[in-house]
Formats: sequence, structure tokens, C-alpha cells
Amino acid sequence: MGFDDVLGLFNYWAIIFLMMTGFYVVVSRGNLVKKIVGLNIFQTSVFLLYICIGTVAGGTAPILTGQPEVYSNPLPHVLILTAIVVGIATTALGLALVVRINYAYGSIEEDQIQKADEAAEFEED
Amino acid sequence: MLASVFSLVSAALFVNLDAVDVAFTEAAVGAGISTILMLGTVAITARREAPSTRPRALPLTVVFLTGLALVYGTLDMPRFGDPAAPAQVHVAPKYIEDTAREIGIPNIVTAVLASYRGFDTLGEVTVIFTAGIGVLLLLAATIRDPQGAGVRAMHHHLVLRVVTKVLIGPILLFALYVQFHGDYGPGGGFQAGIIFAAAFIIYALVFGLETARRAVPGRIVRLLLAAGVLLYGGVGVVSFVFGRNYLNYSVLGPDMITGQHIGILLIEFGVGMTVAAVMVSTFYAFAGQHAPIRDEEW
Repeated sequence: MGFDDVLGLFNYWAIIFLMMTGFYVVVSRGNLVKKIVGLNIFQTSVFLLYICIGTVAGGTAPILTGQPEVYSNPLPHVLILTAIVVGIATTALGLALVVRINYAYGSIEEDQIQKADEAAEFEED
Repeated sequence: MLASVFSLVSAALFVNLDAVDVAFTEAAVGAGISTILMLGTVAITARREAPSTRPRALPLTVVFLTGLALVYGTLDMPRFGDPAAPAQVHVAPKYIEDTAREIGIPNIVTAVLASYRGFDTLGEVTVIFTAGIGVLLLLAATIRDPQGAGVRAMHHHLVLRVVTKVLIGPILLFALYVQFHGDYGPGGGFQAGIIFAAAFIIYALVFGLETARRAVPGRIVRLLLAAGVLLYGGVGVVSFVFGRNYLNYSVLGPDMITGQHIGILLIEFGVGMTVAAVMVSTFYAFAGQHAPIRDEEW
């Protein structure tokens, strides 16, 4: 593995670092809003991964200019630009769920919600 | 604030990687809507996180090991920017070579989005539509102040009011430009819808929710929410009626290219409508939740 390999893969490693940051926030935090923030970070890293895969060295943005040119791969761009908007719509849905959970339990901390659930089950028995 | 900066940096990265359409979308989303929704939720629920009692070591180990496995996996990946990578040699060349002849518009991303993969995009729009409906279902029942006192007009912020008044016109105009110029440059229904919604959200934030509701009633927004998806699906049905495949736009005009132009314009308009309506109605639903926010907190 030479220097060129390291340069060629460095992007992916940076993306993996970002991805794992998001993953860590999701699994280690009990606060539901923070979990959604973590998911968003994770999501951004996936977007970057797709765009990186679609990039061609020496290429340009895929808008035809008439001259023969090298273009980046337009397909990941399409997938990701729709995914960003879908992402914000689903984030809104997640946040709406958090708001409702807060109304129902008076808390958005996972541990406290679980305790409340267990207490309710105990009362039923 | 940091969320906006994060979004701006990733948008800049996308430009650097030649993905101008993606950068545009990320900038439009991150500049306003995602940040406002996050802040809104934090304001409604809890401002501070409870001190964590969980062990830190286990998640850290899991994350570290997963990361290592992924890094090991990248060793076999094609190097960054390699023109011979598998992703570059399969469908992409067809899109790049045929767009000028078959669709006749310069922006390949729009051609793929609206025509080659129009069916896929219809699915995405339906997901956005469904998410919007979900937010409305979850939050409509608990709207606490129907008069919208939660987001009060900022009466004594004179500079903000004047600047907003001046800005809203150009923002709306820019949204229209992005909407209808998406065939030629970066842009299209997704970006335009978000920019449209951002203009209304600024308006609501500065002049109060009630004023914004009077300008754009929730009823009309909900109507547009469905109308956009219907328009998109309807274009597909029209090509059915003329005996072609679903979402084959060639029948919409006298020749193939004109048909494609009309089809792309129509479905992009549908996308823009639905996206803008989902964002605005989501904002209304969140903004209606809270007890009044005091001016000092801004």
C-alpha cells in the first residue's frame, strides 16, 4: 500500500470517521433529540460517500456545455438530492414523535421513559 | 447555529466534488428549515439534557470496532476519482451521452431525476408527502394555541422587520427562477420548494404565525400538499391514456423533445408544490405547539 493508495482512500476514511461520530451519538446518548442529531450526522456521511463515489478526477458538474468534457456521475447526485429532502421530511417526523413522547411522558430521556413504562407495567400486574 | 454551519460546510464540500445540484439542496435545507425544526423541538421539550448515567466505554468500543471494519472494507474500493471505477462505467455513460439527444436539456441531473428515473422520484415525493401527513397527524391534535401566539410578531425589532420585508420578494422570485430554470442550471422542484417554504417561515418568524396563517391558510397548504403528488401522478396517467408507459412524456408534445420538456416542467412543478407545502405545514404544526416564546430569548 503506497502513498497514492492512502490519498485515494483518505476521503472514505474521513467519511467513516463522520459516520462513526453519528453512530456514537445515536448509541451513547439517551436524549431523543440528540439521537436525531446523531442520525443526521450519520446521514450526511452517507450523502458524502455517494457523492465521493460519483466523482471523476478532472471531471466537472454534469451540465452539458457543448464541448466534449469529462462529467461527474450524475446518478449519485440525483439519488442524494432527493435523499436530502426526504431526510429533512423524515427528521421532521422524528421530531414530531419526540414532541408527542414529551407530552405523554414529560421527558425525552430514554432512561426515564423506560422507567415510566416499567412502572406502568408493574401497576397492571 | 452549529447545525447551519455543518450544513454550509457540507454544501461547500459538495460543490468541490462537482455535485452542484446536491450542494444547492443541502444549502437550502440547512440554511433554515432543519435548524428551525431542531430549535423548535428543543424549545417545546427540554432545554437541557439530563446528566448521563450510562457507561461510555461500551459504545466507544463498538463504534471503534465498526469503524475499523469499515476502513478495512475500503481497502478494496476503487481509488477516489478513478474513471474506471464500476460506478462510472455502467449506467452513467448512457445518461451523459443520450441526454442531449433524448431529453434535450443541458442539466443531466434534472434529466435523470425527472425523466429517466421519474418513477423513482415519484416514490421519493410520495415519501415526503407521507412524512408530511405523519407530522400533521401527530401534532395537529395537540396544537396548544390555535391563534398562533407562540410565534409572536417581533414588533420592536425594526431592522429585522424592514430587512425581512425587503428580502421576501427576491426570495420568492429566486424560488421561481430555481423552479423553472432547473432544466438549464442547477435547481429544480426540490430546491425551489424548500426556498419557497423558507420565505414563508421567515415571514412567520418575524411577523407572527397568525399573520402568516392569514397570508397562507393551513387549509390551502394541505390542499397543495396533495395537489403536487396528484399532478405528478396525473402526468403519468396521461401518458397511459395515450398508450405509452407510465411517465413517458413523449406523448405530451408534437415531438419527443418538446414532450419531455413539458413533462419535466409539469412534474417539477408538482414536486415543488408538495415539498413547499410539507415544509410549511410542518412548520405550522411545530410552531402551534408552544406557549409564547419571550422576546428576550431570541
